[in-house]
Amino acid sequence: MMKSNLYTEVKNGSSPVNISDIPVLDYGRFSEEVCTMLTEERFHCLSYFCYPAGEVMKFICCIADDGSGTFRILSHEQTGSAPLLSLTAKVYSMHIFEREISENHGVMFEDHPWLKPVRYPHYRADRQSVMDNYPFYEIEGEELHEVGVGPVHAGVIEPGHFRFICNGEKVLHLEIQLGYQHRGIERLFVDNRAGLRNALLLESEAGDGMRRALLAEDIAGDSAVSHGLAHAQLTESLALFEPPASLQAERCIALELERIAVHIGDTAALCGDVAYQLGQVACEALRTMVINTTQYWCGNRFGKGLIRPGGTNFPVTELIAGEILTVLEEVDRRYSNVVDCVYTLPSVLGRFEDIGVITRAQAISIGAVGMAARTCGVPRDIRATHPFQQYRQTPVTAVMQESGDVLARGRLRALEVKESVKIIRRLIDEWRKQSVESGQPRYNLAYRPDSLAISVTEGWRGEICHVAVTDHKGRLMVYKIKDPSMHNWMALALAVRNQEISDFPVCNKSFNLSYCGHDL
Amino acid sequence: MLKEIKILSDHGKQFVPDLRNQPVSERFRGRPVISADITSVQVRSAATLCPTGAIDSSSGAIDLGRCAFCNECALAMPEVYRFTNDYRIAAARRENLIIKPGQNGPLRIDDASVRKEVRRLFRRSLKLRQVSAGGDNSCEMELGASGNVNFDMGRYGIEFVASPRHADGIVITGPVSENMAGALEISYDATPAPKVIILVGTDAISGGLFAGSPALKRDFIESHHIDLYVPGNPAHPLTFINGVMDLLGI
Ligand code: SF4
Repeated sequence: MMKSNLYTEVKNGSSPVNISDIPVLDYGRFSEEVCTMLTEERFHCLSYFCYPAGEVMKFICCIADDGSGTFRILSHEQTGSAPLLSLTAKVYSMHIFEREISENHGVMFEDHPWLKPVRYPHYRADRQSVMDNYPFYEIEGEELHEVGVGPVHAGVIEPGHFRFICNGEKVLHLEIQLGYQHRGIERLFVDNRAGLRNALLLESEAGDGMRRALLAEDIAGDSAVSHGLAHAQLTESLALFEPPASLQAERCIALELERIAVHIGDTAALCGDVAYQLGQVACEALRTMVINTTQYWCGNRFGKGLIRPGGTNFPVTELIAGEILTVLEEVDRRYSNVVDCVYTLPSVLGRFEDIGVITRAQAISIGAVGMAARTCGVPRDIRATHPFQQYRQTPVTAVMQESGDVLARGRLRALEVKESVKIIRRLIDEWRKQSVESGQPRYNLAYRPDSLAISVTEGWRGEICHVAVTDHKGRLMVYKIKDPSMHNWMALALAVRNQEISDFPVCNKSFNLSYCGHDL
Repeated sequence: MLKEIKILSDHGKQFVPDLRNQPVSERFRGRPVISADITSVQVRSAATLCPTGAIDSSSGAIDLGRCAFCNECALAMPEVYRFTNDYRIAAARRENLIIKPGQNGPLRIDDASVRKEVRRLFRRSLKLRQVSAGGDNSCEMELGASGNVNFDMGRYGIEFVASPRHADGIVITGPVSENMAGALEISYDATPAPKVIILVGTDAISGGLFAGSPALKRDFIESHHIDLYVPGNPAHPLTFINGVMDLLGI
């Protein structure tokens, strides 16, 4: 941990910081610092939130410095309800955080261009604000018409509402209204009574730790490992627990398996959308092979049950490692053949190339992360810039694409699958060298009081950030979760501008963003 | 062309020929078996441990409608709790999801619990509209997989359709968030009668880990007749397909 008089600096997953050690700036200074940092490309905001701390409202902002591999934590405090000058007016990528703060706590931001509801949480400050009166952007015009899609969509997917303003077949503007999936998860992490069916659990601290581990896997079931790991790592950080190297390697193997499975599944879906059936069915079968391997390991195709704080219920064995390697070799070979075919086929390229383009400048301005950033030349990959777990010893370089279109997002997946297979081989080599066992889960880790911890993982969509603040007894007081979709939904909205509305499905699929991860 | 032939030959035959008896990995958690000799002390500690309250604090029975299949009970008390990989665990009556100590036979849907018209009308073709209401996308993906090249439930005329107007029933996933409750109601109303309701996943059946969260609104579930309960976290495609086949009497 390093200190300046403006911010506290920590590494990913390192020990927590004392809340009282984080410098409190006056708002003018805070705003200036944050805006100056964020105009440089190597910085982006991981999380910005506030919580009531006694008489004041305490605001915490965590900024990732990709150059030095550290996180900077800044804060300011407010009393009363005077509006704050919006940061978004200067740095657009802050829009989603300020909207969230405003919706949850009723804080007003002056000059915010788009201070709209985010997800209509049950604890929102303004109960008058409801799903049905969302303030959609409107354009008047004889030639224009609106198309509303959802919340229930044609496919078997999660709900969200898309409102297009079209000129003929062309999309001028898309606004995405979310919140349908809101389950109140952040509150459930903190409050062990709300939503608690098993009153007996209150008798044991361990029970609550177990409940939270399960909850983390349900934030977004398609990222059960990524979110589960962000939570486990956060818990361990709060308890100053260093996981054994074997456990770290096992977790990274699970994370890469998740990435491979989803990327292949997405390839199937992309092929399906442009009616290329061979690619679709071949990839569906390959995805099945991968998730069945995860099931062979832990009994669940999505890896639920696998990631636990302090240890694991399903340690890797030589048998499991062997199975993973054998299956991946086969999958890698067959998938390479499929993508080689898919991405050279004129009928597929015609639907992917130059469709749904996000420019590099747009990606930076909206604070895009993960895949959405890497497909237009912005190298954001937490495994590379802020390595965690075994990635600290087994470095990863970000896979990149430049063109920012559907094709780039498809190709990136193909390349990342290949890369992840290699990474898993290296991780298994590392794992084999370890003699200390990965150990049993520890659900009763005691958290350090009056502290803040931050944990970031790179899921297949992009960075997942969990932040926790404890009270003077070491109980969780605040639990903030950020799924990469928080940033990247805006990328989809921009990508479809000036596209045919019929290209929307393929654009949507190429991002494959999370509804529940956004709505929590 | 050559490339395509290569892909096809690699692909081979993928469909699961017998959906009733497909081997799944040993660790897959399906139907639990609870020792008949469970002591009251063991009941108490199991009920205290279970993160979803699925274990009854007086009998030690597991309610599959609440169980998150996390395996913690079996790990803590392997002599009492054990999960088999029997994936046929769907039921037409809520109470049949409760597995009592000593119970160790296949779970089957008895004919009397199925509404007459369901089998008469839908046996050869059942079109379903899926509605996710706070689902975490794992059940949704497993439902998608039920129609894929491996499980291919379409062979029995069971299919998901785009519009509730073309559907014979709805399949609900997720604990039913308040924000989605209205749209769920509308989707159901838009489906022509007679129609079925199927709940998929622990979250949908009981709220799962989210039960009691102020963000939920489960009136719809509580006020309608449910035709089929498909437990799981998420429900396995084989659990879903077998459940629907049993419901239809296939
Ligand atoms: S497996 Fe089911 S019954 Fe056992 S502890 Fe987990 S949720 Fe409870």
